[in-house]
Amino acid sequence: MTTSTVTPAVPADQAAPAGQKAKRSSPGTVALLMLLPAAVLMITFLIIPILLTLGLAFTNARLISPEPARFIGLDNFARLFQNDTFWASLRNTIVFAVVIVPIQSAVALGLAVLVNVKMRGTNFFRTVYFLPVVTSIVVVSMLWLFMYQPDGLINALLAKIGIQGPDWLGNPNTALFAIIVLSIWQACGMHMVIWLSGLQTIPGELYEAADLDGATKFQQFLHVTWPGLRATRTFILITITIAAFSLFAQVNIMTDGGPLDATTTLVFQAVRVGFEQQQTGYASAISLVFFILVLIVTMINRYLTRDKDVR
Amino acid sequence: MKSRTIKRLATVILLAMAPTTLVACAKGGSTASSEDTAGGTLTMWTHNAGNKNELAAIEAIVTDFNASQQKYKVEVQAFPQDSYNQSVVAAAAAKKLPCILDIDGPNVPNWAWAGYLAPIEGMDDILSKYLPTTVGKYKDKTYSFGYYDVALTIVSRESVLKKYGIRVPTVDQPWTQDEFMAGLKKIKDSGDFDYPLDIATSFTGEWWPYAYSPFLQSFGGDLINRTDYKSAEGVLNGDAAVQWATWFRSLVTDKYVPLKSGTDPAKDFINGKSAMLYSGTWTAVDTRKKFGDDTVFLPVPDFGQGPKIGGGSWQWGVSTNCANAAGAQEYLKFSGADKYVASVATATTNIPTTAAAAATVKGYESGGENEVFRTYSEKFALLRPVTPGYPFIATEFTKVAQDILNGSDPKQSLDQAAKNIDANQESNNYFE
Repeated sequence: MTTSTVTPAVPADQAAPAGQKAKRSSPGTVALLMLLPAAVLMITFLIIPILLTLGLAFTNARLISPEPARFIGLDNFARLFQNDTFWASLRNTIVFAVVIVPIQSAVALGLAVLVNVKMRGTNFFRTVYFLPVVTSIVVVSMLWLFMYQPDGLINALLAKIGIQGPDWLGNPNTALFAIIVLSIWQACGMHMVIWLSGLQTIPGELYEAADLDGATKFQQFLHVTWPGLRATRTFILITITIAAFSLFAQVNIMTDGGPLDATTTLVFQAVRVGFEQQQTGYASAISLVFFILVLIVTMINRYLTRDKDVR
Repeated sequence: MKSRTIKRLATVILLAMAPTTLVACAKGGSTASSEDTAGGTLTMWTHNAGNKNELAAIEAIVTDFNASQQKYKVEVQAFPQDSYNQSVVAAAAAKKLPCILDIDGPNVPNWAWAGYLAPIEGMDDILSKYLPTTVGKYKDKTYSFGYYDVALTIVSRESVLKKYGIRVPTVDQPWTQDEFMAGLKKIKDSGDFDYPLDIATSFTGEWWPYAYSPFLQSFGGDLINRTDYKSAEGVLNGDAAVQWATWFRSLVTDKYVPLKSGTDPAKDFINGKSAMLYSGTWTAVDTRKKFGDDTVFLPVPDFGQGPKIGGGSWQWGVSTNCANAAGAQEYLKFSGADKYVASVATATTNIPTTAAAAATVKGYESGGENEVFRTYSEKFALLRPVTPGYPFIATEFTKVAQDILNGSDPKQSLDQAAKNIDANQESNNYFE
């Protein structure tokens, strides 16, 4: 974000004197022109909605109403902070992110290391692990919905080894866990590919040298692979965190936020309140809280990763 | 050479596509603008793009209307049901509503209040013969009417009831709560079925308030106080409502119904997993196919205030956005004839709204196998609360009913729902 806004500004300044020579082909104009399509889209679909949300959050705007919206100050937020479902949503969102970020990146890294082995058939496994990613999340959720049923595939398998499986999605204690497992399964292929690209940037000589020094495979991983993946790590951390916070589709299809608010999330609650309950203003307040939450987490992320880069 | 050919080909394709997209745009524009001219085309929106039979029946009416006069031409645009309401709301925001549109019954007050719908004029004579639940009224004005209604019923098999010594209830003598629960217990104790009853908890959306709020009403509670539609306090969280909630939860804890039904509860019933099925008249075709004359469609139990079922299905109205209001009204009048009530009801296998039409629809004639459905609609059906706040009430009720079924504290959950509904009614200034 920051780099893309800074880049055009610099050449535009330099272009001012040079522009008198050849107005048409000045690099500033070209840069601006190239920026235009993206900028128009970003402003229309990102900046303006964010600003609108900021304004609407302090009104009683409704989706369907003959009355114009009125300014009501902080009422929406006061209502929100007294709402149990909101706190449940916040808790679930954070739990989901805290669990999924380390586990999903670890699983993806494990898979990446496995499929990075130079032997026949790795391409087959790469494709298999990547398949869930290219499958629509709606389809994946429907499939798992059937598998999670009390007499579904998973419980049938558990019954084979003598375990009476719970009603995964119908039990408040297991519902969020069930969604976490499915989400990791669905998304880890994506991050496997990113890890893989990172792994392949590490020169083979380093491993040869480590071999000569008598390092074990585990030592090689710890002292060659892990440091070599620094840039990839940052990228994966940020993308998984943001994806984890915006959990919505799985919940919408599989549980509707239930049972007993066990799986409701901030995005799910905002959509429900804004569209089903037609309270645009109140939903904007939820979105604003969500925006601030993601902003804070991203800033922490950036701060931590930048610190390491400098060193 | 090759790449040049490909480039050329690409250019040709692009050029060929440009006019089509332009035409598509122009076409969209022209239908919208033609609404502004007097006479001419009336656009009509319907939700039943996914329902072939119903759409065909509606299109047949339109063809008849277009042939019957020269002045107006109605054009049908069908939408899938899932995205229909959003399309209408978006169109209303952009002031691009079609002239004629269909509406789910309980949404009529909301859309009338929002100014989407114009009152229907001069049809009082025709509509007086309709089932009251199929006419959408708000503040003493009529905004919509539908050709059919749907009734809720308990589907079972006569042989099963006989086997466990359960009385077959009638319209005049439905089961009492005790009788109903005793029957469920007998079937459950026999162990012959996975569950004695299936109430289709796997359905989502409007099904919950449509199917389960009538139980609440039979217990003596309601979604909102219907004298002034201002507050749910005392009706949604009163003693009767808590009794309902306790009973509702006990269905699950006593293992009379599955906490979550299968994807297709009717199929489970047909396959003998459940002994009774709480469902709508639409299951009649499939269940009869399997069990024939053994199938019985029983009235819902009386929990104290008489048996209650939901009423009101899809209905038709005129938008306020229509420059050709006279033409739209004329179409509605034309389409309200018994002949069309009969044809749409036949196509959807639902309950024809007029007695005259019912006499001509197979199964609904006097003594017909479906006549009982119309009796249920006439005697038990209760409209969902006629307030623009209904869509909100529906989502609150759905959530509280789901929570209760999953074991939340009845009184506490109902209190919260009542509080939320009251806050919403108040923040809208009670829709004055």
